[in-house]
This record gives sequence, structure tokens and C-alpha cells, in this order.
Amino acid sequence: MSAPQVRTKREFGRPLNFKRGVIELSHGSGGRAMTQLIDELFAKSLANPWLEQGNDQACLELPAGRVAMTTDSYVISPLFFPGGDIGSLAVHGTINDIAMSGARPLHLSAGFIIEAGFPLSDLKQIVESMAHAARAAEVAVVTGDTKVVERGKADGVFINTTGIGVIPEGLHLSGDLAQPGDCILINGTIGDHGVAVMSERTELDFEVSVVSDSAALHDLVRVMVATAPQIRCLRDPTRGGVATTLNELARQSNVGMVIQEAAIPIRPEVSAVCELLGLDPLYVANEGKLIAVCPPQHAQSLVDAMKDHPLGRKSAVIGEVAADPHHFVRMQTAFGGSRVVDWLSSEQLPRIC
Amino acid sequence: MKYIDEFRDGVTACGVAKQMTLEAKPDRKYNLMEFCGGHTHAIYRYGVRDLLPDNVNMIHGPGCPVCVLPIGRLDMALCLADRDGVTLCTYGDMLRVPGSEGRSLLKAKAEGADIRMVYSAADALKLAHQLPDRQVVFFAIGFETTTPPTAVAIQSAQAQGLENFTVFCNHVLTPSAIANILESPDVRELGTVPIDGFLGPAHVSVVIGSQPYEFFAREYHKPVIISGFEPLDVMQSILMLIRQLNSGRAEVENQYIRAVSRHGNIKAKRIVADVFELRRQFEWRGLGVVPYSALRIKDRFLKFNAEARFNLNYTPAKEHNGCQCGAILRGVLQPIDCKLFATTCTPETPMGSCMVSSEGACAAHYIYGRYQDEAETA
Repeated sequence: MSAPQVRTKREFGRPLNFKRGVIELSHGSGGRAMTQLIDELFAKSLANPWLEQGNDQACLELPAGRVAMTTDSYVISPLFFPGGDIGSLAVHGTINDIAMSGARPLHLSAGFIIEAGFPLSDLKQIVESMAHAARAAEVAVVTGDTKVVERGKADGVFINTTGIGVIPEGLHLSGDLAQPGDCILINGTIGDHGVAVMSERTELDFEVSVVSDSAALHDLVRVMVATAPQIRCLRDPTRGGVATTLNELARQSNVGMVIQEAAIPIRPEVSAVCELLGLDPLYVANEGKLIAVCPPQHAQSLVDAMKDHPLGRKSAVIGEVAADPHHFVRMQTAFGGSRVVDWLSSEQLPRIC
Repeated sequence: MKYIDEFRDGVTACGVAKQMTLEAKPDRKYNLMEFCGGHTHAIYRYGVRDLLPDNVNMIHGPGCPVCVLPIGRLDMALCLADRDGVTLCTYGDMLRVPGSEGRSLLKAKAEGADIRMVYSAADALKLAHQLPDRQVVFFAIGFETTTPPTAVAIQSAQAQGLENFTVFCNHVLTPSAIANILESPDVRELGTVPIDGFLGPAHVSVVIGSQPYEFFAREYHKPVIISGFEPLDVMQSILMLIRQLNSGRAEVENQYIRAVSRHGNIKAKRIVADVFELRRQFEWRGLGVVPYSALRIKDRFLKFNAEARFNLNYTPAKEHNGCQCGAILRGVLQPIDCKLFATTCTPETPMGSCMVSSEGACAAHYIYGRYQDEAETA
């Protein structure tokens, strides 16, 4: 995303029509149209010193410490949903993957694959939302790429973001460190994002007041590791929900887990939608939640600290790690029984009756 | 959730469990079949089994519409989906079930077939209006619960003069399945298969009422409790069965009084009778060919019958040799008695009917109850 400062709008003739214009193949062909799109939209919205330099790469000076790096692609449908859009999601999701190592996220890259015919007004809204999310998180989008594909070869727009961050000295978090007896914590209600997105899908004729929980969690993580540097693992339960994350951690750490259904925070609206659609909220996606595993003696102070943060008001201890060579995640149901919370078998599909 | 949480209350459940322990006679077993996948799902999802006395044994019945649809019928749906110009509409949990070549609707969709997941027959009808250049086929499956909406869709399509909407009808009937289980040799021969009583269907009975079960209670001397799908409904119904068995009664009792009456939904039954008629026989996965156990579209509505319009023929497909689904559906075997269970047959690669839907006996046990097997063998 090169953006020489000296260019003026006059160089391109007419400015881009953000009201009625659409993306054309020429916007990705490396010519003048692409430069204009980069100048008038990407560089302008995401403005920072690295983009202003106009090079094909960003040269970064990083503070001392181990560097954490991650990449994620966003292909969500619909592109706009209550509480966010693909732009903000592409920033939050990648920041969160960085933050789960305890790192402070610093820089992002952004790659856009756009379908020809995509409205410029929508693209503008997405890029501005991305810029707003990055600024709020104090993270800069320092390099990027734009490709345009023929109509019908993508679903509007796909975004890939890569992020890097630096892990504070002495901190070591990893999914393979959970130990029997450890407590399992979550920072709030489950399933909000998945239900918000589902409610926007056209085939469902109902309205819900649920908004996505999409949020950057690194500041909450900063508070958490300052309170309890003994935290063993952090992971954000995105696709596949809390159930999938717990199964991943159990397998990686060679342990089992026992969670308490009654302790898991969930909004009544989310449970109602899941009930109607025959879905299990434990498998529904989140975009602003994290699962933390920590030694039991630090669990209370950690929950208290999380509750003091705006993104952790409904934090709770939801279970504990157990010794189990089979790596089962079990749940004590509120009804009084117990069951396995298994890996998801492909996608969750509504039941017929 | 109001009107839902009340039926999932742990404290009340504990009270019912205590009462069961008090009333269940320690010197006998209570082998009870829950007919519906909805019951099976509730039992596993809420851990109901943990609250039952040890001598109460739950047998999972054939009441999961996805499970009992034979592979041959699914092959017909796949064949339809592959036709040029056809848009096939299906309920979500049918998508993953593998056909005879291991190909599912989900795979066919990935290969380019136009397959849409819908929540109702009405959604499929709506789609037919939106896609006038496509032949929209609704893949209708299910028991008496989903039959009336399909009938209404066909009636509406006729009233609206729709030319591009058809139904691939696979609706089946609950009472015939129960009769088939009770008539099977291993259940008839006293002592081989112990089914002492039934938890009868909830949603199905809302439509057909409790009256059709009176025949079983009388003829086979088995008590039937029409039971709701919430875990407390299931618990209370089990207690009611224990009481009937203790006093030697075999009656139809209705636990699900908040929704089921003796005669059911008369209007819905009339609409169904207007559109559908009995098939002479129909194959059930796991049970085999069951006489008069399914519905077909009447000739009066022939133009909405996908089997007629697309000239579809049924070829029975072979099940895996080692598959024990038939025996499991009749209560002769438990999922863990099958050699394929959790080895080659898993929810990702289901070999038999009981593993294909999360409501199937094997899938429910695999997903929710597997750790108990590990604990027992450890």
C-alpha cells in the first residue's frame, strides 16, 4: 500500500465516487486506478508514518523481548453485523491472537481481496471501521495489499491481517501448561458474536437485541498478567466456541477439564436464539472473549481484576482442570447430571425436532 | 428463559430423583424405551441418566427422522441435486449424512450443486417464488410433526399455481414404527428383549394426539407415557412409568398435558389427510421394510410430487455388514456393543443410522456419554 504524499487528487482526474462507485478490475491491476484507491481510501484512513513512507514494506523498530506473530483471514458473511463489521473484526481478531501470548500487539498488515462490482461506499465503511479499531487499540496498520478478482470469484471482500507484538520479559504463556487443579476463567457472556451474525442472515426472520462482542482484548490481558503473572494459558474461543477451545487446551496440556454449566455467563437472548435454532451456545463463536487457566490460589484475585476492566465485568471461574488421560472436557449440568463437551463434528447444524 | 428454565430446574429434578429411588423396586429392572431423538438428546445433554436409579435402563428408540431415512432415499435426493436447474432445499441435519458412495449433500454442495438449508417447508416455497427459473425441490423428511407444514406448502403451491415447486416426500409415521418394534421376533419372544414401557413422542403427539397409542397399551400390554422433551418432563414421565409398572397397569398417560390432547390437532390432521395417503410399504433405516409406515403425495397433487416429475426410482442401498443399528433401535444391543462404535463409526464418519444425527442413539452416546465407558473400562 504505497502512498507518496506529494500526489494530489488532480493527478487522477476525478476523485473516487464513494457514493455510487464500485470496485473495478483496474483497482487491483497496479496502475493509476489502484494508486488512487490506495491514496484516497487506505492511506488516508489508516494514516501512519509507515504508510506515508510509501514503500512496499514497513521497516520496524521493536522493543526488546520475544516477538509474537500471527495471521488470520476473515471471510465473514454478512460483512456488516450488529456490533461490528469485517473491518473491525479483522483488527480485533488478530490483535487477540497476539495478546493471548501475553504480548503487547504493535503492528498489523492488511491484505484485501475484493470482488469486482463491490460498492466503494461499503469498502470505505469497512476501511474506516478498521482504522478506527486500530487507532482505539493503539496498533498501526503499517503495510498492506489490494487485489481485485472477477465478479463471482469472491464474496464481496476478504481480508487477511497479520500482526506482531512483543512479549514482556519473564512472561511465558502456552496452551500446553494447564495442570490438574488449575482454575478455568472466562471474561464474560458466551455466544454473543455468533448469535449477532446469525440474526443478520436473511433466511432468519427474527430480530434480536444481541450485538457482537468483537473487541480487542490486549488491554484486559495487560491487567491480567500484571495481577497474576502465574497465568498458564490464555486462548480466545472464536470459531467453535468455548467447547472447542477447552478441548484444544485439554489435548495440548494432556489433561481433562470439568466445567460447571451454572457458572457459565450467558445472555438470556443468546440462550433463547440457540434454543430456537437447536444450537449449543458452547459451540457458538465469540470475538471478545478469552479463556484463562491459572493456579487456583490466584483465581480469585484474577477474577476481581478482570471484573474491574470494562471487558471483564461478567468474568467468572467456570471450572477446573482435572487429570484425565482421555482429555475429556466434562460438564456438570445445572440439571444435576454430567456429560461430555466434545469436539464439534464439522459445523453445528440445526436439529429438525 | 421463562417457560423453559422451569423444566430444567436442578432442585426439582433432585426431588423427582429421590421419589424414583423410593418407589423403584430394588428387586426388578425397569427397561424403558424413549421413542424420540428429542428425548435421547435431553437425556444426554442434561445428564438425566446420572439422576436415575441404577435399575432403570433407558433404551433409545428409532424416533430420529434423520437416522431412519434409508440411504437409498438420500441417494435419490443427491441425484435430484445433481440435475441441471434444480435447487434442493433441506433441513440442516440432513446435510452431513453420507449416501451410498459416501457422498453427502454437503459434499454435493461443495461440488457445485445448488443445495439450500431451510428451516421450514414455507422457506422452500418462498425460494420457489424468488427463483422462477429454477426447479425448487423440498426434501421433506420427518414424523407427523413436520408433515402438516409440508402439506400446507403443497396446498399453497397449488393455490398459487406454482410451476417450479415440488416435494420429495419421505414423511414417516410413528405408530407403525412402535408396532414394528413390538412385533419384531426378538421383542415378541418373552425375555429376550425387555422393553417394559415407552416414553411416547412429544411433538408428534401434539399433532396426532394420545389416542393412537391406546392400541399398543392394550394389545401389547405396555404402558406409554406421552412425554415432553425437557429434562424434567423426561424425569417425571419415567417416574410415571415406574408407578404404572409397579401397579401392573398398562395405560396411555399424558405427561405433556401443556401441549397434547387426546385427539391432537384436528385441523392439522385434516390438512395432512387432504394431501397425503399411506404408502403400502416404506424402508426404514435400521428397521427394514415396514408396511403402511409412510406417506405419499396424493395423485390430485401429482405435479408437486418430485418423484413423479423427475422420474425418480428407489434402489435400496446396502448397509455396512458390521452395523448393529437395527438391533440398537430395537433395544437388543447398546451402542457400545457394536464393534464399529467409536472405532470406524464416529460422528465424522458415520457408518450406520444411529450415528448420523446428534439425536441418534450412537451419536448421542459418542458425543455426550463416552467418558462413562472409559471410566467403566479403566
